[in-house]
Amino acid sequence: MKILACPLAALPPGEAFRIEAEPPIAVFHTEDGELHAIDDTCTHQDASLADGWLEGCEIECPLHASRFDLRTGRADAPPAKLPVRTHQVAVEDGDIYVLPSDTPPNLPPGVTVKGTT
Amino acid sequence: MKTVGIVGASLAGLQTARELRRQGHDGRLMLVGDEQHRPYDRPPLSKDFLAGKTGEADLALEAEGEDLGIEWRLGTTATGLDVAARRVELSDGTTLQADGLVIATGATARSLPGVAGLDGIHTLRTLDDARALRDDLSKARRLVVIGGGFIGAEVAATMRSLGLDVTLVTSGPVPLAEVLGRQMAEAIAARHEERGIRIIRGASVTGLTGTGRADGVLLADGRHLPADVVVIGIGVIPNTGWLRESGIELGDGVICDEGGATSAAGIVAVGDCAAWLDPASGRHHRAGHWTGARQQAAVAAVTLLSGGEVRPGPQRPTYFWSDQYDMRIQFSGRTQRMDSVSVEDGDVTGDGFLAVYRRDDRPVAVLGVNRLRLFSRRRRLLETEPVQVG
Ligand SMILES: Cc1cc2nc3c(=O)[nH]c(=O)nc-3n(C[C@H](O)[C@H](O)[C@H](O)COP(=O)(O)OP(=O)(O)OC[C@H]3O[C@@H](n4cnc5c(N)ncnc54)[C@H](O)[C@@H]3O)c2cc1C
Ligand code: FES
Repeated sequence: MKILACPLAALPPGEAFRIEAEPPIAVFHTEDGELHAIDDTCTHQDASLADGWLEGCEIECPLHASRFDLRTGRADAPPAKLPVRTHQVAVEDGDIYVLPSDTPPNLPPGVTVKGTT
Repeated sequence: MKTVGIVGASLAGLQTARELRRQGHDGRLMLVGDEQHRPYDRPPLSKDFLAGKTGEADLALEAEGEDLGIEWRLGTTATGLDVAARRVELSDGTTLQADGLVIATGATARSLPGVAGLDGIHTLRTLDDARALRDDLSKARRLVVIGGGFIGAEVAATMRSLGLDVTLVTSGPVPLAEVLGRQMAEAIAARHEERGIRIIRGASVTGLTGTGRADGVLLADGRHLPADVVVIGIGVIPNTGWLRESGIELGDGVICDEGGATSAAGIVAVGDCAAWLDPASGRHHRAGHWTGARQQAAVAAVTLLSGGEVRPGPQRPTYFWSDQYDMRIQFSGRTQRMDSVSVEDGDVTGDGFLAVYRRDDRPVAVLGVNRLRLFSRRRRLLETEPVQVG
């Protein structure tokens, strides 16, 4: 089921929007005008990637600087070793929507999705 | 450039190898390291690894299945360098010659004179150090930590959390004062004291007691601190001894320009062994932190592959983190030039806070304790605002 993120006009290039879903999702608007959505929680520890440093199509984790490719979810180098999930993004009538992936997330140790066991 | 040799097989060396490959170097890549281990992550050694919460497999710095096409020479020490020939002499009597060289030999923990030969005294820099310390601490009740830096504070916090009796001895006014400034360092120290750590300030250690095994620390004021284990955390010395005869310019580390180029053509230096030029201050200093090594690797790879033609963009301010108890500490910038510090969120006695350091009303550094989101925002402002020179 698709989730409404925010109006496109509210997310300028270079910015991120965090959807408080379970688990949270981060939507990025790159400087090149692309939109990407990935799991917001770093796979190494509990840090929000929406708070990270966006450079091109990569987001650098704000805590220990692993970089995730927004297109594939892959981490470039440890400490994060597992990829984040990527999600489909669509813009309809000026609003950004995300279609969450149905694969299981790679959450860091100690973080669980509420509502599951 | 057909061949590149990297000396030092840890964070800075491995990350430079990655960057060289990513930037298109497809020739030979040789990596020499004196430790037997594949590259591993050091920060957990004073935190979760010491606490027994993570194992050695978790420390690996290589991703599973990662293959950079590296020729590994582990367990081999570089003993000398011929800069003109770009040839490294190795402990096994062989040499390594390459078109480009990367110096990434890091640093060694400083120790106190006269402690050799006594058991129960530790420094903490390597996996082998951490294993030995963990073993020794498993039988200990009283720990004395000498040194008011991050490693000392982290070891103290980790071991206090496991129930040991911990005394932290610092020669300064308060641990961490040098980096965080006096006021904020006091706030962190208060947390240690709340948890039952004894902090002895302005102390000067005159010796260790015990025969065969250390049983205490002697202070100049005559006090004797009994200990089952003593950890010395009084800073590091860059590993540049093997370069002394080479003629390459050395200071507090290998002297580099802002792109990582050393005084010798075709040779760059990265990480804890390298003193890069900070164009804002005109001084050379060693980063000494994890993300510094990582960022330098990317820049130095460009410098090496372009023969110094491509000049680096502006440097990002220093950033590092530390974990002590449930405090996630993050810091960026420099406090040396600050004239005020204010808490802008939370409360230093509460569950966390954010503090901004300023000079002439301009932010020069930011400290966060359990304020990940706010810290990131504040840090970004620091990174995008041009830094005032002077
Ligand atoms: C216990 C501990 C906790 C830390 N915690 C944090 C933290 O929380 N946050 C943070 O930002 N930073 C932290 N750091 C700092 C961080 O780990 C270092 O900045 C980082 O390891 C630097 O990487 P490097 O590759 O430059 O040097 P090093 O990791 O020191 O690696 C250098 C390598 O070169 C090898 N070598 C040395 N001489 C030779 C020679 N002659 N020939 C061949 N090989 C040689 C060494 O054995 C070593 O393997 C911590 C460090 C330690 C020790
Ligand atoms: S939490 Fe993201 S790299 Fe550690």
